Amino acid sequence: MQEILQYFFSGITNGAIYAVIAIGFSMLYNSTDLINFAHGEFVMLGALTMVTFSGPFHLPLLPAFIATVCCISIAGLLFERLAIRTVRFPEPIVLIIITVGASIFLRGIGMLAWGKDAYSIPPFSTHPPLDIAGAKLLAQSLWILLIVLLMVACLHFFFKKTLTGKAMEACAIDKRAAWIVGIPSKLMVMLAFGLSTGLGALSGVIISPITMCSYDMGTMLGLKGFCAAMLGGLGSLWGSLIGGFLLGILEALGVGFVSSGLKDATAFFLLLFILYARPGGIISALNVKRF
Amino acid sequence: MMRTKKIRLLFTALTLLIAATFLIPSSVLSETEKPSYKIGGLFSITGPTSFLGDPEKKSMELAVEQINKAGGINGHMLEAVIYDDEGDPSKAVNAASKLIESDKVIAIVGPSLTPTTLAVMPMVQKAQIPFISCAAGNKIVQPVDPWVFKTAQSDILAVAAIYAHLKSQNFKKIGLLTVANAFGESGKEQLVNQAAPFGLTVVKAETFGDKDTDMTAQITKIRQDNPDAIVCWGTNPGPAVVAKNIQQLGITIPLYQSHGVASPKFIELAGTAAEGIILPTGKILVTSLLPDTDPQKKVLMDYTAAYDAMFKTPVSGFGGYSYDAIQILAKALNGSDGDKEKIRQGIENLKGHVGISGIFNFSPTEHNGLGSDAFVMVKIKNGKWELIE
Repeated sequence: MQEILQYFFSGITNGAIYAVIAIGFSMLYNSTDLINFAHGEFVMLGALTMVTFSGPFHLPLLPAFIATVCCISIAGLLFERLAIRTVRFPEPIVLIIITVGASIFLRGIGMLAWGKDAYSIPPFSTHPPLDIAGAKLLAQSLWILLIVLLMVACLHFFFKKTLTGKAMEACAIDKRAAWIVGIPSKLMVMLAFGLSTGLGALSGVIISPITMCSYDMGTMLGLKGFCAAMLGGLGSLWGSLIGGFLLGILEALGVGFVSSGLKDATAFFLLLFILYARPGGIISALNVKRF
Repeated sequence: MMRTKKIRLLFTALTLLIAATFLIPSSVLSETEKPSYKIGGLFSITGPTSFLGDPEKKSMELAVEQINKAGGINGHMLEAVIYDDEGDPSKAVNAASKLIESDKVIAIVGPSLTPTTLAVMPMVQKAQIPFISCAAGNKIVQPVDPWVFKTAQSDILAVAAIYAHLKSQNFKKIGLLTVANAFGESGKEQLVNQAAPFGLTVVKAETFGDKDTDMTAQITKIRQDNPDAIVCWGTNPGPAVVAKNIQQLGITIPLYQSHGVASPKFIELAGTAAEGIILPTGKILVTSLLPDTDPQKKVLMDYTAAYDAMFKTPVSGFGGYSYDAIQILAKALNGSDGDKEKIRQGIENLKGHVGISGIFNFSPTEHNGLGSDAFVMVKIKNGKWELIE
């Protein structure tokens, strides 16, 4: 029993990490209809910028946190302005390939700026792990959980209740129509990029006390996050949350009851099975049209 | 007035001319008189394994410069031709063929990795060129190929060092946690194979991905079997995550790590979770802790000082592989007149060479030449290494 609970907690830790990244994918998809495959790299940049701000710059946790998120948001705005908007024929496939290229470029930047070594960030609170019926849950996992839930709630409010959020969603449905009714669609896309890369940076900062960070952390995290977003239903924020936790828990149970060598295989097999049963993902299947 | 100035000018010109004829040409002549020995270097200088290749390249340059400063070998200067294989076997093969065909080197040092070394081996065997690999894999020298040598300590020795320590603690049951890549697989193979001779039983063998973020599930699974010790085999940052997870779970089973994390970086990453961890390491990491009677101490201190002075970066545990290779090659080149077969025999007959990685004793059946004294066991205490007798 204690073991099963520990597998479950281990899954929650990993799941929260996947979920926080999946939300970044979903949020951008929600407002631009784009999948940013460089999202994992923005997570990496966030984590490593945090290392710089809290290390050599000696900023306390909160200012460093805010400075990091702002810096990476600006980087995201620049990315949209320089690489996405300048595309002459913005077909989705062209833009997606640009984001893949950007991810390689950003990884190179990360390697040159921070070197190839891994870094670690101290946890937000030095509280010892919680003991629940003999199984341990990290304080940092709770932090991630809390921040993820807060993030989703805020985003939900932003998209459903504020004018800017609604305008953003309108741009994703039809850019031209949105432009005709007077929504500055270019600004909205740019804002969406800034917001999503900022979320990426935030993810990087909150997960790296657990995962450690290095220039090549983004690829695998991006991939897992993307899977979680697909699993939950791309574009649905709550779906991404559920998808992330499901993937994490499946992996942990895969280790516990099958084999650690087959961990990823077990998780991805179940993922395929779920997608086979519900091609739109868990949440999207409930309402066929997203909007 | 004008006359004296002119005369003075003439004198200056004359002295300069004389000085020039005596000084400059003499050094130029001696270099052109005897052609330099060209030695190929092949390392993963960039890419994910640059932590190996970069210090190896630097150490090769250092060794070559030291030898040339001391007058070269029988009057021949050494010339290093170094290529980057980025850790990619196909690039390593291309670079090796360039070294052999167009640069016409008389020996090759490197590559840094076992897969790249294995990819290059058929070529050097065909070209019959002395070849000293800097990779750890045991397959490189088992079975022995006449032309292939290596300077890095094998996994076999690291496992033997760990197991000897486990045995001394009267441990019987061990749990393994290895990374799912070439380094972890080869370590796991040795850990499983050598367990029985040391009276140990592997009760559980789990793996983790090198980019995994949390290993508590694997550790929980190992804990179920109550091992006396856990041996983790990987390179940063995975093993640091393992150390942290073990601390978080409140597990008190002793943790052993491999030489793959033997760098100050591991202590930095794992923080307080590193306390009490025991691991094998080459002596370079603990140079200052070695007793003065240790035959390697002087060599290690000289190398560290020279490396610091030349590159202004702290010495790494891996550069020694290429430094040893060049020193061994230099000894073999002595009196060989650049003949490849003579160089090969020279390496094979070399005994008692005190290097960075250990004391090398080569023979026709032993092309690594290192013994169990190449590793020492250390324990992490208060964020510092501590030597275990």
